[in-house]
Amino acid sequence: MNAQAERPPNTQANSDVELLGRMLLVRRLDERLLALQKQKLVPGHTSPYVGQEAIAVGVAAELSPGDVVASHHRPTGHALAAGLDPRRLLAELMGREGGYCRGKAGKHQVSSLEHGFLGANGVVGGGIPIAVGAALGLRLRGTDRVAVAYFGDGASNTGAFHEALNLAAVWDLPLLFVCENNGYAFSTRQQDHQRIRDIAERGAGYGMPGQVVNGNDIDAVRAAARPAVARARAGDGPTLLDMKTHRWYGQYDADDSLAYRTQLEIDSYKAHCPIETCRARLAARAELSAEAFETLAGEIQATIERAVEWATASPASPLSERDWHVYADSDVR
Amino acid sequence: MSALTFQQALRATHFDLMAEDPRVFIIGEDVGVLGGAFGVTEGLLKRFGPERVRDAPISETAIIGAAIGAALVGMRPICEMQFVDFLFVALDQLLHQAALAHYASGGANALPLVIRANYGVGPGSGPQDSGTLYGALLQFPGLTVLIPSSPAEAACLLRQAVRDPNPVLFLEPRELYRTIDLVPKLPALPMTSARVLRRGDHLTCVAAGSMVRKALAAADRLEAESIAVEVIDLRCVMPLDAATIIDSAARTGRVLVLDEAPRGGGMAAEVVALVAEGASPHRPLARRLTAAPTPVAYAPHLAATTLPDAAAIEAAMRELAREPRP
Repeated sequence: MNAQAERPPNTQANSDVELLGRMLLVRRLDERLLALQKQKLVPGHTSPYVGQEAIAVGVAAELSPGDVVASHHRPTGHALAAGLDPRRLLAELMGREGGYCRGKAGKHQVSSLEHGFLGANGVVGGGIPIAVGAALGLRLRGTDRVAVAYFGDGASNTGAFHEALNLAAVWDLPLLFVCENNGYAFSTRQQDHQRIRDIAERGAGYGMPGQVVNGNDIDAVRAAARPAVARARAGDGPTLLDMKTHRWYGQYDADDSLAYRTQLEIDSYKAHCPIETCRARLAARAELSAEAFETLAGEIQATIERAVEWATASPASPLSERDWHVYADSDVR
Repeated sequence: MSALTFQQALRATHFDLMAEDPRVFIIGEDVGVLGGAFGVTEGLLKRFGPERVRDAPISETAIIGAAIGAALVGMRPICEMQFVDFLFVALDQLLHQAALAHYASGGANALPLVIRANYGVGPGSGPQDSGTLYGALLQFPGLTVLIPSSPAEAACLLRQAVRDPNPVLFLEPRELYRTIDLVPKLPALPMTSARVLRRGDHLTCVAAGSMVRKALAAADRLEAESIAVEVIDLRCVMPLDAATIIDSAARTGRVLVLDEAPRGGGMAAEVVALVAEGASPHRPLARRLTAAPTPVAYAPHLAATTLPDAAAIEAAMRELAREPRP
């Protein structure tokens, strides 16, 4: 099945309304994935990005073509923000041949280098050094492109995180370390997994700026990412951004998260909804009427349904696929 | 044709590769100013500068991760691990990130990445720096593990490893660093193919790395006793060249595997299994002679007994050659 490139609406344009639409696209896709998973159409688990949309969409709005990002085990936001086609992303998460990785990666390893999307990662912290290497490679190639490493508060306790920050700092690499600090490493509260509240403080240990950011407000995210990207592009080195946010759902679909937080706490997140915050702000500025929002939401829902239809029609790969791509072919092996 | 040591052959090949391809660069601990703990990268910093010859902090995970990321955006990194033992600090990057990259992208992503590491017993390195650890790395499809057995092979295989679009672990037997041979033009061979170095009808000896020389020497001595030993240099232990091994085993009916790694699991066990399964109905005899199933002690007199010596190899060959077939 051949995918005509259907980008999420307005990927390359960055008006506030368009960015709102992109956040909504991420959320609706995640919600649809939960439903598909219940229908047994997603073979593995799904880890919704819901609640954190302002970060992926806001940072991506400050990037340019050729910049690259490394994601984690909750990749839908970063993937869509990088411009991946929702149809092929969905097909990948459904294990179909039409997926970006022919259904062999799933949510933990989906990648698309043509979009600068280095990949999700099933190992917490595993993608951070890879983003550092991409930044190095982009510099060695003589470009002024930058890399972004996304990770959570839990990953900030891995050795990979510390080694990666140190290496990026000492080599002044063009990089943003974006911590999506949702306060939980799966079930373990931040106060129980590290002695600091602000992971931004860890930047100082490596000689790089660290900044606390309201990760639920896309304007704040963009305002923090913009100078960090400029600094990286200018060759002045990496920045650590500690973006405070909330994960509305559990760690994955089967985790209702009530073993480690209360329904009251979960409900409180909704007061900080990045999408509603953005919508209300645009409405107050008379830049988005209620009708226009409904139209936008309707377009996004239609995009999602087309994606579901396309992905569902994408075939399972042939059984011989199992044995393909263990090694890349070459003239020396 | 000049006589080069194993280490010099590697060094010269680095110069050539970096001069030929601007995408090739080096990351590792002490690879620049010092020229590598064993001198393999000496002079490269002066010639190619600090952007392409990068002294890294002691951060194996970040070094390999950085190489992976750079490879994904079009570079051809070579990493040096000071000892293969230190590679095991960074196994997530090697096994879950690098080795899976091509498969998990459905063939979309290539990862041209070479990780060099030396290994071997002694001298006086103690248990943590004397590991011969490749046996543990045979369970990861997607990873290629090469072990050159001579200066000529070192040059040939390094060149192929850098050209290959897959992650390659390039293991250098420390014991061979100072060995000399002329660097002849070796007949071209894919890097994943074993090389038959000596033909013989009575016995097949399968070896890799520094065991290859010992196998050839023993085969020379046994010639006087009219025992003709076929010697196969594996060159690549992951994936194994099953066809060459099985063809030879089917012909000679007897296989001795020499392995520098501890007995149990690993390369020797896999070769024996391949022969047992693959060379029927001839049912060749298959035996292995390996390192002791122990760590390597610091004390030299204990370390010295870890690997089978020349006499043990010769005796094992003789015994197997004379063993009656069932």
